[in-house]
Amino acid sequence: MALSVTDLRVYYQTLRGEVKALDGVTFSVADGEIMGLAGESGSGKSTLAKSLIRLDGRMRHAGGTVELDGRTLPIADDRAMDEFRFREVSLIPQYSMSALNPTRKIGKMVGELLAARGVPGGTAELERRLELVGLSKDVLGRYPIELSGGMKQRVVMVVSTLLNPSLLIADEVTSALDVSSQKAVATTLLGFRDHGLVTSMMVVTHDISLVYQIADTILVMYAGRLAEKAPAEVLVTAPRHPYTRQLVSALPEVGVRYEDRRLAGIPGNPPSLLNPPGGCRFRDRCPVAFEQCAEQPPFAEVAPGHLVACWKAE
Amino acid sequence: MLKLDGVSKVYRVGAFGGRALTAVSGVGFEVGEGEVVSLIGESGSGKSTIGRMVLRLTQVSGGTITLDGRDISSIRDRKEYYRQVQGVFQDPFSCFNPIFRADRVFALIKEQYFPGVGAREWRGRVEDALESVRLDPGNVLGKYPHQLSGGQLQRMLIARAVLLDIRLLVADEIISMLDASTRIDVLNLLADLRARGLGILFVTHDLSLGNYVSDRTVVLRDGRIAEMGPTPLVFGDPRHPYTRSLLAAVPRLHTKWTDAPVDGTADGTAEERAEDLPCAYHEAAQGSRTRPGLAEVADGHFVACSGCAGAAPEEKKMKERA
Repeated sequence: MALSVTDLRVYYQTLRGEVKALDGVTFSVADGEIMGLAGESGSGKSTLAKSLIRLDGRMRHAGGTVELDGRTLPIADDRAMDEFRFREVSLIPQYSMSALNPTRKIGKMVGELLAARGVPGGTAELERRLELVGLSKDVLGRYPIELSGGMKQRVVMVVSTLLNPSLLIADEVTSALDVSSQKAVATTLLGFRDHGLVTSMMVVTHDISLVYQIADTILVMYAGRLAEKAPAEVLVTAPRHPYTRQLVSALPEVGVRYEDRRLAGIPGNPPSLLNPPGGCRFRDRCPVAFEQCAEQPPFAEVAPGHLVACWKAE
Repeated sequence: MLKLDGVSKVYRVGAFGGRALTAVSGVGFEVGEGEVVSLIGESGSGKSTIGRMVLRLTQVSGGTITLDGRDISSIRDRKEYYRQVQGVFQDPFSCFNPIFRADRVFALIKEQYFPGVGAREWRGRVEDALESVRLDPGNVLGKYPHQLSGGQLQRMLIARAVLLDIRLLVADEIISMLDASTRIDVLNLLADLRARGLGILFVTHDLSLGNYVSDRTVVLRDGRIAEMGPTPLVFGDPRHPYTRSLLAAVPRLHTKWTDAPVDGTADGTAEERAEDLPCAYHEAAQGSRTRPGLAEVADGHFVACSGCAGAAPEEKKMKERA
């Protein structure tokens, strides 16, 4: 088991109290698994991704453990995490444009980065990997400003995976790209796993139809908790959580037109995470809610590899 | 109603404005009353520039934009124009001043356009406009922007436009910042407004959104029209290789990219394969080239040359035979 997260809680400290952005999350990612992590804004998906690599100043680790390849990640200890970052856990940030130093040529920047990590630099491996993502080695002699958005994203992807991390976290990597570069970047992610450069991967996104293309499993989050995890095919065709069902049916697809089939959104808004109500957090928007929902349903396995947090998902 | 005829936009770029960048060149299409036209393109295709020109936020470099036959740049009184044409943009949060209540946008409209209307009547109008965008007035009036969700703010901005009784709405990427569960409500709202006779220019990079809501689709590539026509024709029977490759790249829920049918030549991307197909523009009869650079391949369905460089495909075939 590459990654296993147990009852992880991460809160944001604000002037008005603690925002429970991640409130008791338990799941695991197998070796070689690409897990899509989907959810709307405020669902806690980015908080989860960030807490596996670096907690920023406002975030507080309130409980729970994270284990990677049998070793516990010291996520609350910024310094101790240094040993794991980049080597064991690596992140592809959302905005590749701001991840590259604008005053350095790509090659020089990568060299400095490797030197800082005490890794002997050699451009042969770097060039081979650039080729793998469809970039020529000329990019090493260029400044970030000379590359297009899709190229920069791919450069960052190569840099992030240079030390063959065990877990790669891709945070909304395709959101800022056009459809054609989206496809290229997504298939590159798939290639990283297939070439054995990374062991497992978490792809954070709000776009279920995109992550469905590359992920083995999809985990859906709602208001700081897990709603459903299932193999990608099952999650899209036969979701069991009412939230996932409504979310999947609200997605317009090419070929669906307003005149033929009017899609419906989900009425209401997610609850505030400052003082979230007890019980199931989707209760107020849920069409099938009943008395028992006042109690938080367990994230239980209803079929092999299919976990749902809903009392009615039998 | 709105007609663009050979519209171009050239930006001055470079340190001293010495170089010219053509963002839009020779674009012509119409938006009728009660019609949704989606303008689809990738970044840099000039789609937002066209929206800005229609809203008179950017000057037109060449060609004309007319509203009911009147050149929009000749309308001296901007207020008169904005009474009829309004825009809604991508980021609803940046359209509100966070230190004022969100309904201030309605008060500003009253101040500027309807100073003579009584307070009670105005209140009624605001409530009607909010109800028409399916917002509960009691729920949103008097709130600050941070107390409302992106979808609610976006709908308030549409309500603001509706208050002016406009005839054309330019919606520039209005859904891209919204969550999946709320974006469909805003799309349905646009369709409802269309039923009331409002013309909508829907600018988007998302093909599935454009397909869902629009009557006609204009596909832009590098500032030129690649293909345009009724939405079912453009998406159901795309004739331009660029449209085909865009459609092939769209992630779908029930088919994976890898399941897509592969032509006899298995290698190469969709775009490369499509380039081997004959160019719809040059295959069309001379008489069907009714618009500059566009051939009418079906009723109202126009397609541009696929970049085959004139008779290049024929030459290629000749060479192959030889």
